[in-house]
Amino acid sequence: MDDPVVRAEGLYKSYGGTRRPVRVLDGVDLRLGHGEVLALLGPNGAGKTTTVRVLSTLTRPDAGTAVVAGHDVVTAARRVREVIGLTGQYAAVDEKLTGRENLAMMARLAHLPRRAVRARVDELLEAFDLAGAAGRQLRTYSGGMRRRLDLAAGLLRHPRVLFLDEPTTGLDPRSRHGMWDVIGGVVADGTSLLLTTQYLEEADRLADRVAMIDGGRVVAEGTPAQLKREVGDASVELTFAAVAEATRVASALGVPTPAARVLRVPTDASVGHVRHVLAGVEAAGAVPEQWQLRAPSLDDAFLALTGHAARGADDREPVEVAA
Amino acid sequence: MTTAVDVRGLGSGAAPARWLRVVPDTVTMAGRVLRLARRDPDELLVALLLPVMIMVLFVYVFGGAIEVGTDYLSYATPGVILLCAGYGASNTAIALVQDASTGIMDRFRSMPVADATVLAGHVLASTGKNLVTTTIVLAVAASIGFRSDAGALAWLGAVGVVTAYIVAITCAATLVGVVARTPAAAGGLGFVMLFLPYVSSAFVPPETMPAWLRGIAEHQPVTPVIETVRGLLIGLGSDGAPVGDLGATAAVALAWCAGIGVVSLTAAAWVFARRGR
Repeated sequence: MDDPVVRAEGLYKSYGGTRRPVRVLDGVDLRLGHGEVLALLGPNGAGKTTTVRVLSTLTRPDAGTAVVAGHDVVTAARRVREVIGLTGQYAAVDEKLTGRENLAMMARLAHLPRRAVRARVDELLEAFDLAGAAGRQLRTYSGGMRRRLDLAAGLLRHPRVLFLDEPTTGLDPRSRHGMWDVIGGVVADGTSLLLTTQYLEEADRLADRVAMIDGGRVVAEGTPAQLKREVGDASVELTFAAVAEATRVASALGVPTPAARVLRVPTDASVGHVRHVLAGVEAAGAVPEQWQLRAPSLDDAFLALTGHAARGADDREPVEVAA
Repeated sequence: MTTAVDVRGLGSGAAPARWLRVVPDTVTMAGRVLRLARRDPDELLVALLLPVMIMVLFVYVFGGAIEVGTDYLSYATPGVILLCAGYGASNTAIALVQDASTGIMDRFRSMPVADATVLAGHVLASTGKNLVTTTIVLAVAASIGFRSDAGALAWLGAVGVVTAYIVAITCAATLVGVVARTPAAAGGLGFVMLFLPYVSSAFVPPETMPAWLRGIAEHQPVTPVIETVRGLLIGLGSDGAPVGDLGATAAVALAWCAGIGVVSLTAAAWVFARRGR
């Protein structure tokens, strides 16, 4: 990746004034290659949204540089705005306008040639399965339809770089899968995409590369395959009556000693392996209070890749920052 | 996804002509605000009912008890125009806060449009809306007996001063809209705008007020605006006596409007460019 389309180096940003500033970005470094999909994966408050805001020129970093398609986001913000598309976490569409009106307005503001507006709007409505609802006001749309329209609005000009901030948060599973298909189509078109997500599954499904972000910095980076290898596909989660019992089973099975009554044993979720694990538990003479097969969570990923749990916003102490 | 419509790379090299986009972009933004207003039944109802109710209130409820040396309908009509226009214009503050509470403001700002066009679009739309309100006020006034023998030039002047007042108040509303965090806070300006004309020569001669209040009434922006409009339309002053040359009063009125407009729009643009950064 000699010539990335997005390059961010040492981004710092604090909010909250000079008295008790909270550092939201603590030295973020990122690279996005041409045609690549990068997922910023992290918990709430990790700095995902702020990173996207800096890269899309909405927020000025306190320190560090970011270059998008060859233009600096601070000194050449206007240039950057000509080549990016942004679909944020909150709906950026008008409830009382119809789907077509929303897109046509955005198309005019995106400076599409007057003749091209109608054709491009129709094309996107068709591609995003909204043609039938084009004449309806958005307040009659479902959550999934609204997100699709929102995404379409960010694509009017074929942006070179697309930013999607938590594109499926709050959607039901069916709409989420629909949204993944739509995003997959956009990416197949060659658009470079940086998306943020809290879902491991989403990063796995869409991204070529995943950057895990926590406490305002990138804490791990790799392909979804590398990530999954580290995390394990799933685990057998056993809850015992006492820590001692969990510890005994852990050593019998040869897995790290748990700190609590809950023991997680990595598994490929095959019948054979799960049977093997449970047989091991039985052989150790232990009886779990309950057990379940569990898909890896974001927490598991953080634990596996960084050795500590994700901190998120709630646990973060304000840091002293030179004003 | 197909790309039958090739719009790739339109922006590259388009920079020199960017300032040419300010006017069409502002018109697009204003079109959006007007279209949203048309689809808001509450706003429409208030826009239609407020002029009627205020007119009825002043002319039939208070009017009989107020002695201004001429018929009260003629005396109060310019005041009702400013009252309704000021209130309508102040709603721009609420509209801006609402825009900021959704993601749409961020989307506009991530697009290649000048920040100023977002604000300018609101000002343009508000001016259009409130000129419609002004027309409604005049229609209501005419239907209950308001007559003016002003010539076309005087009417043009009156409409010009009212427009200047609307633009100035809208700019002030824009500043409130970018500073306020909640629609309720932004709505406070509507209260001020409904109140300001009362403490002016709009509805009673300032000479009838206690000295301290008269001082305020005679030196606040609404009074010279009212005096100019009333002078142009019915040729009378706040004391009910015929007025002569309006040049000086009009100059003060326009200076107030220009001052309020320029200062608040500059401040609004400054705050807007830095918000959320």
